[in-house]
Amino acid sequence: MNIVVCLKQVPDTETRIRIKDDAGKGIVRENVKFIISPFDEFALEEALRLKEKLGGQVIALSLGPDRAKDALRTALAVGADKAVHVNDGGLAGTDSLGVARTLAAAIRKLDHDVVLFGKKGVGLDRGQVPAQVAQILGLPFAGQATEITVSDDGKSATVDREIEGGRERFEVPLPAVISREKSANELRHAALKGIMAAKSKPIQAFTLADLGLDAAALQPKVLVSKMEYPTERTAGRVLQGDAATAARELVRLLHEEAKVI
Amino acid sequence: MMTLSETAVAGPSFELTEEQRMLQDMVRDFATSTLAPRAAAYDRSCEFPHDNVKEMAELGLLGVTVPDTYGGAGMDTLAYTIVIEEIAKACASTAVIAAVQNSLVNFPLMKFGTEEQKKKYLPKLASGELIGAYSLTEPGSGSDAVAMQTRVRKEGNKYILNGTKVFVTNATGAELFIVYATLDPELKSKGVCAFIIEKNYPGFSVGRHEEMMGVRASGTSELILDNCEVPLENLLGTEGEGFKIALATLDVGRLGIAAQAIGIAQACLDYSLGYAQERKQFGKAIATFQLIQNKLVEMAVNIDAARMLLWRAAWLRERGQNFTKEASMAKLFASETAMKAGIEAVQVLGGYGYTKDYPVERYFRDAKITQIYEGTAEVQKIVIARHLTNPA
Amino acid sequence: MPDILQKAITQPPEASPEGGHTQVLLDAEHLAFRAELRAFVLREVVPIAEDYERAERFPSDLLKEKMAPQGYLGIPYPKEWGGRGLDYLAYAMAVEEFSRAWGSLGIIVAAHTTLGIGPLYNFGSESLKKAWVPRLAQGEIIGSYGLTEPQAGSDSGATHTTARRDGDGYILNGTKVFCTNATHAASTTLTAVTGKDAESGRSRISAFFVPRDTPGVMVTKHEDKLGLRGSDTSTVILEDARVSEHNMLGREGEGFKIFMQTLDNGRISIGAMALGLAQCALDEGLAYAHNGLGLFKSLFAEQETLALLADIATDISAARMMLYGVAKLKDAALPHTQEAAMAKFFASEVARRATDRVLNLLGRDGGIRHDCPASRAFRDVKLCTIGEGTSEVQRLVISRELLRNYAKGENK
Repeated sequence: MNIVVCLKQVPDTETRIRIKDDAGKGIVRENVKFIISPFDEFALEEALRLKEKLGGQVIALSLGPDRAKDALRTALAVGADKAVHVNDGGLAGTDSLGVARTLAAAIRKLDHDVVLFGKKGVGLDRGQVPAQVAQILGLPFAGQATEITVSDDGKSATVDREIEGGRERFEVPLPAVISREKSANELRHAALKGIMAAKSKPIQAFTLADLGLDAAALQPKVLVSKMEYPTERTAGRVLQGDAATAARELVRLLHEEAKVI
Repeated sequence: MMTLSETAVAGPSFELTEEQRMLQDMVRDFATSTLAPRAAAYDRSCEFPHDNVKEMAELGLLGVTVPDTYGGAGMDTLAYTIVIEEIAKACASTAVIAAVQNSLVNFPLMKFGTEEQKKKYLPKLASGELIGAYSLTEPGSGSDAVAMQTRVRKEGNKYILNGTKVFVTNATGAELFIVYATLDPELKSKGVCAFIIEKNYPGFSVGRHEEMMGVRASGTSELILDNCEVPLENLLGTEGEGFKIALATLDVGRLGIAAQAIGIAQACLDYSLGYAQERKQFGKAIATFQLIQNKLVEMAVNIDAARMLLWRAAWLRERGQNFTKEASMAKLFASETAMKAGIEAVQVLGGYGYTKDYPVERYFRDAKITQIYEGTAEVQKIVIARHLTNPA
Repeated sequence: MPDILQKAITQPPEASPEGGHTQVLLDAEHLAFRAELRAFVLREVVPIAEDYERAERFPSDLLKEKMAPQGYLGIPYPKEWGGRGLDYLAYAMAVEEFSRAWGSLGIIVAAHTTLGIGPLYNFGSESLKKAWVPRLAQGEIIGSYGLTEPQAGSDSGATHTTARRDGDGYILNGTKVFCTNATHAASTTLTAVTGKDAESGRSRISAFFVPRDTPGVMVTKHEDKLGLRGSDTSTVILEDARVSEHNMLGREGEGFKIFMQTLDNGRISIGAMALGLAQCALDEGLAYAHNGLGLFKSLFAEQETLALLADIATDISAARMMLYGVAKLKDAALPHTQEAAMAKFFASEVARRATDRVLNLLGRDGGIRHDCPASRAFRDVKLCTIGEGTSEVQRLVISRELLRNYAKGENK
């Protein structure tokens, strides 16, 4: 079973995001700590568990600048067998579709039975790439999976996802693209042996040329026109008086000021 | 085995290698998410933290420097000190358990053990299947270790040991014990032998659990040897080599304790820094008051200095050089740093620091033992003084 | 411990471990009182200290049945008010001797005597005093004190507790934290805001004497502390608690001044407590050295130990001279703000160092047990550098007084 896991680096969730001065189209990336997007970590843990159950190999794939190697090393340290890094200056400024095209081209070069993503990257929170990759590769797509079970013959998978008041279950033939919802299974810590072993596992590097892609074709079709900070939360108000009086006042405010009832 | 820096330069690099950084990140994350939330409860109950030990074992933290041929991770001394420091930030008790296993049990086996002994015990120690403990101190011999009273004699195909050992860290959770005994007190240091004792050997028992002021979950207890029978093949090294083994072991042990002390001190700094920036008095965060800043600055400078002393000692060891003096210096300075940091952290948190709602009073209590075990401050000074006056 | 105290009682003063200096400050009466205290402590306190501390048991029985009859709960208050009728120096000595055996007892007595009774005695109306002082001084009931609030620690003037005028009384609302004795006390003296100063906009703070059984007074959250676990430190919550205007101490707006003066006296008592803890550390160190040094055949190991004992004893002697000197200043009704701050600061830091270093000595045998007196003193003493004004605050008080006096000198 060949399991490809796509990993994206995002700013650490504790970071105080600052918008760049240049007409506010991007964020400041200097001195920002980058981590693997948490949903991608769940996907990676899922991949490792699938491999433990069914045998095969896990290949970690990431598109990004030099620092993406850290994410790939971590993946190797926790048990991925191979890592692939797509890095090319021509990718700067591309949009989700550009990323999807590039990832799809890389995945085509790898044996893949299951392609796993986190449901979205918590940097830009768009969640489009997994479905776009599936479309480009002509593969079935099951998103926001809460449970993935591969059939004994390795030819199909059952994927569950939560919906309002229930659960949907899909049967997908493999190969397929699946994006992983939050899981109770946190990404395992890398054991020391894993950290040592990661050193000798190779990271294969691809440029756009290696993938037969042209930077011109990856120009963004979606452009960010502006980024703003969210409006500041105003201070709360403490209502005075006994319970009955306060309740009356609260109802009045909710009706007249907040206009929610 | 890796070196401190990837390029072979004349002196140590101040940067960690990629593996060391990954290791640091991993242990820090593990300590924060898993060990820290349990620390206060273990401090209260004094129970041996079997779950912590099991999870450390799974990550390979109980056999950091054991070669991979024996099931260890085969990492270097600096990596080991990073492991202990990060664990100690979260839980000093768990840190000393890991330190004892790595320094005081794994190391003497690796250095002085026969191939059979290494094959028999190291893989199980590295995997955490066996927890080890080390016992030197007795009721009548602490700093003066040579005055030990535990006697050993040979009888046929066994050694028979009699005596009592006290303040044995890990004892309540351990199944394997490195025990020192003397053939004849008149022989002084030349009579001491080291033995590998399994818990189930006849005549061996773990006695009273000590209720300690700090590192309360470290399983510190007494050992009672009552005509304890030890197979001949469990002699570690040769007869009379015991004292040399103990000293070599303590050199490595001191690195572990220095790391533990630095971890405790760092936790003190991190916590008081965070608190001082939040707590407002007289309309300002107390972190803006010079008297508070002084405390934080002294903590920070001393911690950095202690860490540099420790890394320097680790670097010397990696290069196969004598590091006794440097290990002593690191342990001496780091433990003083930890105690001062504990005192000042409680002071910064004021009345709140005095309550168990906040972790700093635990750091304060935990820090004290680092000035004492594996050689009190006095003993460290004696060791260093000897090296100063006798540079050979 | 018992051996040392026994020796301390029977030895002539010049041979006692505390050094002969104190003979200069203590006359025959004080020396006799000190001997009385030591005999009492040996008989009644030492046997129970460890057990009560471990069980976190407030020693109500000891206080009411053994100490009250001796007048130990009102030492510096006149006999006609139910006290023992001795001076502040004698009281400081008592706190020191109690603390030497059991830190928790020292702070219970100090908080009750100086902080619980003091503001009432010094600033209460005659009728209020008559109703309460005798019972407190005779130890029938225990007193407590509430100054600190969650957002008012070192900045004790940032009081949020309010006292709203209501006819012939005041309605109190607020929270006081870290109140020693509160759970077992029949009364609490505390500060509350009674108004705002029109010009400066600052709060006007007044002091009140609040009986525990006043409706609306609740004592909660018994603190889980590092040390002094036989003493009780709790939170006092006031929810529309009404007290009569006669329960105001001093005049409206005088509350802050009253408490600052009270703290001056409090510094003497906490300094005495620190001294006792330091002395305990020295006692333990001497006993260990006496018994243990003989075993250490290597000479070089002994020098550091001997120096350690010398350092600690010297420090303690200096702190004691300073503390007894301040007590005498107070007894002579001379100003002593700076000296009290110095004495508290010095004694508490001395005690902190002494208990810290002695543990390194005792730990030579491998470790530190939780319950040994030195370990207990080490944990108890940390309160002394924090409570009733942190060491940092003391330094600011001292420097302020220094500069103020310097300016006065300049202007002459």
